[in-house]
Amino acid sequence: MPAFTLKLRRYDPESGQAPFWQEFPVELEGHRSVLEGILEARAALDGSIGIRCSCRAAICGSCGVRINGEPGLACKTHLEEALRGARDGAIEVEPMGNMPVIKDLIVDMDAVHWKKVQRVTPWLINREPIPEREYIVPHENMVDVTQSMACIQCGACVSDCLSMEIDPEFVGPAALAKAYRFVGDPRDAEPRERLTDLSEDPHGIYDCTHCFKCIDACPKDVDPMNQIMRLRRRAGSDFEIEDSNNGHRHEAAFVKNIRRNGILHEADLLADSYGGKLNPRALPVLLKSLPTALRAVLRRKMTPGKVLLHPHSRQAKELRRVYDEVEGHEQPYQLNLYVEGHDEEEDSSASALAKEQKASSSAEAAPGAGT
Amino acid sequence: MPSHDVLIIGAGLAGQRAALAAARAGATVAITSKVHPVRSHSVAAAGGINAALNPEDSWESHAYDTVKGSDYLGDQDAIEIMCKEAPDELLELEHIGVTFHRNDRGELGTRAFGGASAARTYYVADITGQAILHVLYEQLMKYADRIDRYEEWFTTSLLSDDEGNCCGCVARDVRSGTMENFTAKAVILATGGAGQAYKPTTNGLIVTGDGIALAYRAGAPLMDMEMVQYHPTTLVENGFLITEGARGEGAQLFNSEGERFMERYAPNKVELASRDVVSRAEQTEIDEGRGVGANGAGLHLDVTKVPRKRILEALREIVNIGRDFAGTDITREPIVIRPGQHYYMGGVKTDVWGQTPVPGLYAAGEVACLSVHGGNRLGANSLLDTLIFGRRSGEHAAQRASEMALPQVSDTQLDDDMAMIDRLISRERTGRRIAEIKDELGTSMNKHCAVFRDAEGLDTCLQTIRRLKQDAERAYVDDRGTVFNQDVLGAIELGFMLDCAETTVVAAIHRTESRGAQFRTDFPERNDDEWLKHIDVSLGGDGEPDLSYSEVTITQWQPEARTY
Repeated sequence: MPAFTLKLRRYDPESGQAPFWQEFPVELEGHRSVLEGILEARAALDGSIGIRCSCRAAICGSCGVRINGEPGLACKTHLEEALRGARDGAIEVEPMGNMPVIKDLIVDMDAVHWKKVQRVTPWLINREPIPEREYIVPHENMVDVTQSMACIQCGACVSDCLSMEIDPEFVGPAALAKAYRFVGDPRDAEPRERLTDLSEDPHGIYDCTHCFKCIDACPKDVDPMNQIMRLRRRAGSDFEIEDSNNGHRHEAAFVKNIRRNGILHEADLLADSYGGKLNPRALPVLLKSLPTALRAVLRRKMTPGKVLLHPHSRQAKELRRVYDEVEGHEQPYQLNLYVEGHDEEEDSSASALAKEQKASSSAEAAPGAGT
Repeated sequence: MPSHDVLIIGAGLAGQRAALAAARAGATVAITSKVHPVRSHSVAAAGGINAALNPEDSWESHAYDTVKGSDYLGDQDAIEIMCKEAPDELLELEHIGVTFHRNDRGELGTRAFGGASAARTYYVADITGQAILHVLYEQLMKYADRIDRYEEWFTTSLLSDDEGNCCGCVARDVRSGTMENFTAKAVILATGGAGQAYKPTTNGLIVTGDGIALAYRAGAPLMDMEMVQYHPTTLVENGFLITEGARGEGAQLFNSEGERFMERYAPNKVELASRDVVSRAEQTEIDEGRGVGANGAGLHLDVTKVPRKRILEALREIVNIGRDFAGTDITREPIVIRPGQHYYMGGVKTDVWGQTPVPGLYAAGEVACLSVHGGNRLGANSLLDTLIFGRRSGEHAAQRASEMALPQVSDTQLDDDMAMIDRLISRERTGRRIAEIKDELGTSMNKHCAVFRDAEGLDTCLQTIRRLKQDAERAYVDDRGTVFNQDVLGAIELGFMLDCAETTVVAAIHRTESRGAQFRTDFPERNDDEWLKHIDVSLGGDGEPDLSYSEVTITQWQPEARTY
């Protein structure tokens, strides 16, 4: 039987001692999980090791931790896989980030994660009148929200959200994915109110910086950042909500900027986000940004030449073709794992995807459906 | 000291549904759970929920399937209520936001399931339990002004007043170690089954029979404890569940000779016969040397019979489970499965309002036994059971509460429980380790009290349990702290599991016939003349289980030979 060394971050709040690392040797097959390793250590060596766990099968969401610095579920990570990412041959397991530690690997999810979930009015506000039977809802919509419904509230995305590290008040990936579950549900009466609320909140949907950390972290393919982007699309394109944080205008300016230049022209971006250089609203913002611009020039991140004569990308034409292609579709692409699956063959290009989507929408009713 | 009209212990589907019903009926409600509610094991229910909602279907057909599935041990009055109320309950779930699968007309769509004569299983991909559990939790957050949630509180005892009414519980705040009396006019147990008494099991580590043991110790009788369901498709190595939805969607079973063997055992329903029938067929194939995989200990479940697009849309979770826990891509190759412990049909005996014979004490969900499942539960009837009888318990408990004053509770039990925990923590470290005792228990149960049973094996198992009970008295805990002392809770849970195991085996020894999940190789026939009755188990004055019988309620379906 292969042997592994688990290096656990221990913390006993009653001891008065600072957190420390402790190593435990365990013997298990390499395809067994890190959780099984920890439970083995707890069973045979030290019953006081604290970790929440139940299902062992990545369904209950209890055992969110960081393994070798990366967030995930202890039950879903194989020992041999964890060993490959380990430094000095020891698999490091520590509590999730962005949440206070209670004991060992147990964090206070109420103080952060659940508080944020409650922030998004996390229940259906029924569209009236409530029908006598079921609401008639397109199949695609239910499949669409099922992706965020698949969230098991493990907190892995919250643990490593970079925006939340900078702004602890950021509503965050898990709660915003939950919000999409209502905004994307045709039975909900108040998608506009929800989106206005989350757009106007300075810690809302425009506080996300697209770092992809939550997508990497999510063990259930909920892809929280994609749900946030859907919220933005609904807010901006469908409901045309112009938020006072300027989030929507900034996004529109960004898209326009890339289209025009082929590569980001930062000097234009800020002004465009406020309606262009000549817009009176832009003036105070531009003035405020002068020290930053000056620092950028001093550190040679920006040159006056570049600001005035922005070099255009050579691929500008190719880029415009992509814009035309994407904007030419009646429906924006809504990648959804429940529809497409992760498949190398199918992910290769937009046109293959289009074919696939067309095929799936015209496919006959699933077996057993429609009885 | 928290005081409420209705106290609910356990926050899975039954508990949350009860809380919602009691709150809507105007009661003040407390709901406690030893884990955060969304971690409850209802989350793992994959396949769906049964309801005769389609106009072509009927509740009578659903009820008949359930009665037949139960091998005629189910109480038909309770089954009728469950099946009649199922469509309204399903629509209620739909209205509060469960994202049920739709057909191409945008209506609720169904899938086929085992033992059913119509496709009447409604579902959310293969995360139905999770979807309903999370939506109910949304409702608990919505009703936060009326429902007090005590998350991560572990119940150590039930409280009773001088007249024998159940009037609350003693519980420990896992986070701080604080112990409290919870006072209530009515108490609903919704703590789930006792799968962890077995190893392996599909059940989570938290499923330790707490409510069954608490009620038993408080004088409530248990019923049908011998009826333990083995699910036909669990992973060989770790017992993880592969949903029946897979077979509902068209997956097939094969033995080492490439034979679709269920055609021999159940010519009409094939893979979609009742679970006891399929599990027995599989075990027979394995025992007769036609198994596959390591030591021929499993059989092939071939999901590739299902179109790939459909697998990704409707069976996504088992794609993940196959990949992560068996190294198998089920969209391309068969997966090795075998029967594994899954569900307790038995539990705390209740009437159709969830009332136990102990006044003020209710039970709902897997912890309870009405019995709607009898000798064998149909797939997708457990979610239904939790919701229907969770709601009915909540409503009835709220009604009871509206007619009485808050009982007075002394601190005697609280003091006893605090002393019990102190003793556990200060125990000499000379006994066996808790995990070791639990392992031996689970292994013995899975060997002797499984798909096939006989007197000799069951006796061996009972002796083992009694020896382990003594070992448990001396087992020690490492953790001496108060904050999240999971070690000490594990020691208490071990006691709960041993009580459940003991009553299970005692009843299995006593029932000298084969019916539903109980198959005695030494008594291979069903014997309606002697055994068309429930076995009730109560805690005797000497600490030993006392057995008695109760009648099976038959309304319109007389026992018949059972073929699929």
